[in-house]
Order: sequence, then C-alpha cells, then structure tokens
Amino acid sequence: MEKQNRREFFKLSALIGSAITGLSTKSVKAAPKNILSEDRMGVLVDTTVCVGCRNCEWACKTAHGIETQPLDKYNDRSVFENMRRPDVNALTVVNEYPNPNNALLPMDVKVQCMHCDHPACVSACIVGAFTKNENGAVTWDTKKCIGCRYCMVACPFQVPSFEYDKALNPEIKKCDFCIERTKAGKLPACVDICPVEALTYGSRNDLVKIARERIRRNPDKYFNHIYGENEVGGTSWLYIGNQDLSKGVFPKLGDKPAPGVSEAIQHGIFSYFIPPVSLYALLGGIMWITKNRKNSEEE
Amino acid sequence: MVSYMKPAPITKKFFTPGVFVLLLIALNGLGFLLARLLFGIGAVTHLNNQYPWGIWIGVDVAAGVALAAGGFTTAALGHVMHRTHYHDIVRPALLTALLGYTFVALSVSIDIGRWYYIWHPLIMWNGTSALFEVGICVMIYLTVLYIEFLPIVTERFINHVYLKGIFSFLNKPLEKLLILLDKGLSKTMFVFIIAGVVLSTLHQSSLGTLMIIAGPKMHPLWQTPILPLLFLLSAISVGFPMVIFESLIAARSFGLKPEMEILSSLGSIVPPILGVYLAFKIGDMFIRETFVYLYTFSTASVMFTIEVLFGVIIPLRMFLSKAVLRSPLWLFVASSLVIFGVLLNRINNFVTAYTPPYSFGSYFPSFGEISVTVGFISMLVLLYRVIVFNFPVISVFDRHYTPKTKYAIRGSEQ
Repeated sequence: MEKQNRREFFKLSALIGSAITGLSTKSVKAAPKNILSEDRMGVLVDTTVCVGCRNCEWACKTAHGIETQPLDKYNDRSVFENMRRPDVNALTVVNEYPNPNNALLPMDVKVQCMHCDHPACVSACIVGAFTKNENGAVTWDTKKCIGCRYCMVACPFQVPSFEYDKALNPEIKKCDFCIERTKAGKLPACVDICPVEALTYGSRNDLVKIARERIRRNPDKYFNHIYGENEVGGTSWLYIGNQDLSKGVFPKLGDKPAPGVSEAIQHGIFSYFIPPVSLYALLGGIMWITKNRKNSEEE
Repeated sequence: MVSYMKPAPITKKFFTPGVFVLLLIALNGLGFLLARLLFGIGAVTHLNNQYPWGIWIGVDVAAGVALAAGGFTTAALGHVMHRTHYHDIVRPALLTALLGYTFVALSVSIDIGRWYYIWHPLIMWNGTSALFEVGICVMIYLTVLYIEFLPIVTERFINHVYLKGIFSFLNKPLEKLLILLDKGLSKTMFVFIIAGVVLSTLHQSSLGTLMIIAGPKMHPLWQTPILPLLFLLSAISVGFPMVIFESLIAARSFGLKPEMEILSSLGSIVPPILGVYLAFKIGDMFIRETFVYLYTFSTASVMFTIEVLFGVIIPLRMFLSKAVLRSPLWLFVASSLVIFGVLLNRINNFVTAYTPPYSFGSYFPSFGEISVTVGFISMLVLLYRVIVFNFPVISVFDRHYTPKTKYAIRGSEQ
C-alpha cells in the first residue's frame, strides 16, 4: 500500500511538472513584443515658439468627441493661474511657467501622453490593454481593460486618467496620438491647428536631429537638453525650451526604461518556470522524507 | 487523566452583543458598497488621477494577502514537514486563509472599475505584468484553498445527508459522491498542499514587485529592488503570529482553554524568521543609504520608524523571551504587534510611499472607503463564526475519544 502511494506521488508530480512547463512556453510567447520601428513618428514641441493660445486643447477635444467651449473662448489666459493636468475631459492641456531670462515672455508647455518607447503602462497592464504601435503611438483597448488603474500607478509622467464617476464601463483616457487621423494620412489634431508651428510632426529620428540643430544654432535661447530624447529610454514626444524642463515642468527621470527593473525581477522569478517547479520538487521531497521518517517512528 | 482534542463544530450561543456590533459595521460597509456599484468609484472614494490606488488596494488586498499567510505557513509546517504536533491549528489557519483570500478577491473586484471583467486576466495574458502574475496566482491559490477545505466538508456531511421531501432521492447518490470525493482527496491532497505553498511564495513576493514599476514615484525608504523578497519574508513572519492571534481570540470567544503548548512552540519559531526579515530590511537601508531620510521629520520617516520599531524590533525581542511565550496575554500582544507591523508596511508601501510627480494635496481615505474596508473585515469575522459553528474546524475536547484518530494529539483538559 505504501509503495503504491509513493509511485502515485511520483506519477502525479511528474504530471504537474510537465503541465506547468507546458504552460511556460505559452506564456513566454504571449508576452507582448515591443515594436520599435526605425520610422516611428514623434512630435517636437518647441516651447520657445508656443504662445499659449490653447487652440490645441480645442482641436484635441473636437477630434476626440469631447464637449468643448467655442474656440474663441480659449484666449482666456486666467486658466494659467493654476497648473492643470490632462484629464478625462482634456487629453492635453497647456500650462504656463515663468521664464527666468525674460519675465515678460513666460514659457507655455503643452502636456499629454509622451508615448514612451518602452512604456510602463504596456508592461504593467494586467490584461495587455496597452499597445506600442509601429508608428510610435501608445494606445489603449477598451475591450480588454478591467479598470484596475495599474497603468496610472506605473506611468512615470502620471498621464492616464480614469472616469471615476462612471459606474459602468469607466474608461482610461489619454492622448492616442490621433491614431485614427494619422492612419488616414492626416496630422494629429493639435499639430494641425497650431498657428505658430510650435509642434513639429515627423520621424522621431529626424526630430532629434532638428532639435539638436536648433539648440546648436541658438545656444543662448535654448537650454541644452532635449527632454524625452533619453528620459525613461526615450519618448515619442520631445521638448526643448529656454530652461531645464526636468525642473518643475516634467519629473526628473533617469535614462533607463521605466519597466526595466520590474520586468527583470518578473522574468527572474519565472525564467521558464524553473524556480517555481524546483520549489515544488523541493517541497515534495521534504514532504516525502518527513512522511517516511514519521512512519518509521510509528512502526 | 488524559484527554484528547478533535476538531468539532462549536456549540455555543451564536448571537452575542459583539456579533450584533459586527453586523452593524458590515451593513454600513454594504451600504457604501452599493453606492460604489451604483454611482462609481469616485462617488465613494477619495481616489483621483494622481492617487489611483488607496486603502482598498493597500489594506484589503495587499495586507489581506499578507495576513492570510498563516494558511500556507502552517500547511508547510504541518503537512510538508509533517510536524503533526501542530495539526490542531492547521484547520483554523486554513479557514482564515480561505476567507482572507475570498475577501481579497472581493476587494479587488470592487476596486477595479469594471468588476464584471474580473475574469479577463484568465484569457488575456500579459507576462511582463507583476499584477497579472499576482492575479493568476491568487485565483489558482483560492481554488486550491477551497479544495484543501473540502475534506472538512465531507467529514461534516458523510453519514449526515438527510435531505427531506422531494430531494430525499438524492441522499444516497450524494453520500456516495461525498465518500468518493473524500477518498480521492485524501490520495491527492499532497499535490494541492505543495501547490498551495508554491503559489503563495510566488504571489506574496510578486505583490512586492507591484510597486517597483512606480520607480521614483515611490519614497526611497520603501522603493528597493528587493521589495519582492521583503514582501515574502514579512508574509512568512506574520503567518504564525496571525495564527496565534486568532487562536487566542477564538479560545476567548468560544470559552475554550488556549492551546498554549502549541502556541508557545509556534511563537518560538517566529524570532528567526522575523530576524531575517529585519536583517534584510535594515541591510537594504544601509546598502542604499536611505537612512538619510530618517534624519528629517516627515510622514515617511515617522511611518517607517513606527513600522520597523513597533512592528518588527519590539515584537522580535518579545518573542525571544520565555516569559512572553508562556503568557497568553503577552503572546497576544507580541503577535498583535507583528500583525500591526505588516499591516502598516503594506499601507506604507502602497499609500504612504506613493508620491505622484504632480500632486494637488495628499490622499487620505474617505469615510466610505474605510467603511467598506472595516465592513469586509466584519463580514469575514462573521463568516468565520458561522463556519466554525457548523463545521469541524476548531479542536475541542473529544468526548468520544477513540485511539488512533487521524488528527488526535495530546492536549490539555478543559
């Protein structure tokens, strides 16, 4: 009887072991591939050009079917008194900051999703509802999302917003890089409307060159840093300005991709399911030995 | 005279003043829960785009999972290492874990915006997500816990199936099914017990990985790459204190003599585990040189100090004392401190440490959030009471003692 039990034990252990290893290959394949096309697009924001007209806010709302005031109401500059953040009703907002070089020329900065090259939201999302598209856009899929808001915890720029007041089907809202418009060959709504060409849409690689060139030609006008070139591994949206944008305007971030450490740990714990399966085998072994010892004590 | 202990349903008066208080708290929580379902998360909580996670994740989920660790630690001790000496406490610990995880699952469901999509992770996988790993492990572990509890159900109902009226024809097939289930389970149970321990170590640690991706948004006192290890160690170290804590409360509530022999020896296992946790926690602090943050007086430094001093160092010293291990009162105090320490650690990791880059004021839970949290805890305690009144979970003095019972061990007379 005892022998029979032992044989069954081994059979079952082997069965479970193989079942788990079978699972592992599948889950490795299921991991989303990070498509980073050489031709991925981006936007260069030259904050020294921006006049703070906020037409981009209007265009964005109109393009995304969000209710908005008429365009001529947007020249009210009193909104700049308080810093605003992108919200479920405004996927992009413009904030105004003092200019240390010239008090009469404040700096206006448009903010929205940065469309990271290695997005934390894509890595974190429990159901893989976020995608880094080939054209650079980071988009969200309403069919998958469960509303856990882990993307908001993960995002280094604190961009995704959530419809807290909806009881049914609340959505995560953030800039989608006007993916529907760009697919149809149109410019993103904000770039399209900008009257002073503060926003330049183009291949990210070209934009980095353009930004460097502008800084090189006007070293007095610009602070020598392209925000977004290397921050968290690079972002599709790039910013240049008359001051260090990582001081107060954007968070100061390192060059390593945001999901790096947690993915390394995650893959370490689950590398081909070897650690969990070994732990299972070890515990099984201990269980078997202690059981035998106990039985022999009883006999 | 020698007497023996055996798990049996408690036979006491169910309704006491305490039970009515718990019912009230539970009803209050249910009210706010209903409001959340009807009007959305924003109507009940203080959460916003800057603070997306609050105490429903920090306390109900993270602390809930940690405090249910008694289930897998006692299973490892009692079943994997075959320390049969501890069998009396395996069942109550299992029940606590089972109820704990059930309420963790409930809490997650109400915290996510689309509770009706809670099943999505089962078919929509994202291997890079720590949350996905936690979710899947918790779902499987919850199933394993229910399977581990099944023998208690079969034990209760074998030879006790008396359906009446039109269902009476079911009596025989049900009885056969129960016996079949019982036989099948007793042969395969080891598979589930080991699986339970493995799954627990996996998701207890992955729960620590969760906040790592928040990077600089998390205060350096808590943000460390060894968070998964710290979470696992703290979960293991709170396992036995939690069992002691509830065993002493249950003994008091049901008028039983505390099983001090078992509880003291359980308590003597705590210091080495808690010591290792403390060593890693302090070691990490010195390697990353985060102690500099303790020199300034801030919420973070105060909370960290309270957590480590009252939640780890003081109880560690207490558990090392023989006098504490022998006294039910001091054992209770020491265990409560460890539980408090882990609870505070989870709150600190998920709420205190979280500092978004653009903040418009800090987060403090709303009355509704607190109501739902304490409401869930009350429901858990009430369900525990209902189950131990109806199923053989807690070991009591066995009147019909027969030698060679499966779980009998020497115990003290009532």
